[in-house]
Amino acid sequence: MAIDQHKKMVSTVPDMNVFDAERIKADFPILARQINGHRLVYLDNAATTQKPRAVIEAIGEYYRKHNANIYRGLHTLSEEATAAYEQTRSHVARFIGGTADEEIIFTRGATEAINLVAYTWGEANIKAGDEIVLTEMEHHANLVPWVILAQKKGAIIRRIPITRSGYLDLGAMDKVITPRTRLVAVTQVSNVLGTINPVADIVRRAHDVGAIVLVDGAQAAPHMPIDVTKIGADFYAFSAHKMLGPTGVGVLWGRRELLEAMPPFNMGGEMIREVSFERITWNGLPHKFEAGTPNIAGVIAFDTALSYLEQVGMETVRSHEKELTVYALDRLEDIGGLEIHGPLAAGDRGGVVSFVDPKVHPHDMSTFLDSKGIAIRAGHHCAQPLIRLLGHVATARASFYIYNDKSDIDALCEALREMRRFFGV
Amino acid sequence: MNSALDDMYREVILDHYRSPRGKKPIDRTDIASDGHNPSCGDDIILHAEVEDGVLKNIHVDCRGCAISVASGSMLAEIVKGKSFAEIEKIADVVKKMLKGEITDIPEGYGDLDALKGVQKFPVRVKCALLSWVTLIEGLRRYAGGKTHKAGAISTEGKNDA
Repeated sequence: MAIDQHKKMVSTVPDMNVFDAERIKADFPILARQINGHRLVYLDNAATTQKPRAVIEAIGEYYRKHNANIYRGLHTLSEEATAAYEQTRSHVARFIGGTADEEIIFTRGATEAINLVAYTWGEANIKAGDEIVLTEMEHHANLVPWVILAQKKGAIIRRIPITRSGYLDLGAMDKVITPRTRLVAVTQVSNVLGTINPVADIVRRAHDVGAIVLVDGAQAAPHMPIDVTKIGADFYAFSAHKMLGPTGVGVLWGRRELLEAMPPFNMGGEMIREVSFERITWNGLPHKFEAGTPNIAGVIAFDTALSYLEQVGMETVRSHEKELTVYALDRLEDIGGLEIHGPLAAGDRGGVVSFVDPKVHPHDMSTFLDSKGIAIRAGHHCAQPLIRLLGHVATARASFYIYNDKSDIDALCEALREMRRFFGV
Repeated sequence: MNSALDDMYREVILDHYRSPRGKKPIDRTDIASDGHNPSCGDDIILHAEVEDGVLKNIHVDCRGCAISVASGSMLAEIVKGKSFAEIEKIADVVKKMLKGEITDIPEGYGDLDALKGVQKFPVRVKCALLSWVTLIEGLRRYAGGKTHKAGAISTEGKNDA
């Protein structure tokens, strides 16, 4: 059955008492690829991470041996698929600090998780004149749904500003979060600046005034130990594909009493208890929010991704990325003339470094780096308000994960120097 | 060095990028047209002077990547002294070349042939097109009796090549 298969898969992950990026690299088949005649240096992990062999195998294994629709079939395959799907739910609940299984809702990604809250909790609870507090460093996924909701309801969007050095201005927070605040939606880690925000403090302040808090964990859950109960938030959203898992799988964690009171999101199969043409009753948690056939293969393979991360250890993931970030900030500084954004203290930032070479447009940079096999992100990173605040229209961004090492950063910096010679600037 | 890269960033392109033509502001503005590609952040402002149905002078202010700046610079060089019909024809040839519908550009198109290498980078075609689409839009508005309109032209999305 899927679970045994999964255990076998995980046992192929080496025990990592000593962190060894080289050994980890070997688990990711794509990293053996040559791009434009160079080894792939993948530094676009904030966009999506690569997948280890065990996760790729888990998807194939599901389709080869266990494929069936979940919950509905009274046959062996369906029971196996259902058990493996639900096993992932329990695993996710443990991974984010030991919540109840039914508080874990599977979605298509963090974006859908946030939309779910906006369209259900938001629809039911936000009224004209209410205030929704965001920050200036939100990703469009945690900005657009709230702006649209506010427009629809006549609510007011307020924002916590950022300081010059890339931190949230917590002094201003007390003025922005007031008794009129109904919801605070904040990212735990900025996908542009890398800033790690003091979400527990923000939650405390928000709860003091009776507001609900949604934390966007898309850039946090993959990179550090997470305990949603310690954070104290009401909702927490993240995506599987940014943490070794497949695309098309996301998680919404929500406090049970809130989820129970919320109307459903999508309507269809599995989210109902009883249906007639006159009357429909909703299913219980979490099924109320999971209408239709979900991404079963993806969810099941996400279980393997979580196991892989646990084998490495989330503390280790964090310390490895911190070390790489310190190194990257130093090496980029050595090049000279680059504008580097975000906090200078690596302890306050995740493994994300945004920078600009004033003489080379980020898109030209990205095209040049690609010719050297180096993948970075160039653009506005779905955070246009923040990029404008930084005085740019686009930045380059290098972001790290467990399989990156210092040689990747050296390759980046060497190529950036060569780029200047190439463009003659 | 990667040959596709050398093909796109030819020396001619890099020369236009480093010292763009048409930077000098002009005295009289008959046509003003803005272009903006939000996803790249490329921004272009065009001012043109028209006399007897001929584009007499042009000022191109482009902030963007090497491809959009070089394309705007080449535009500034070639459209001066041309009639609207001639400019439309040149723009059409440039578009066809960028989309790979024609491989070689006829004689008399200045440095524009150098933009050929962009074909191999489909996501960058919109960068090379921005100045052309922005100018043509301005010319058509002028011909229709208007000088300017609110909102910038974009080659992203529906106009994407």
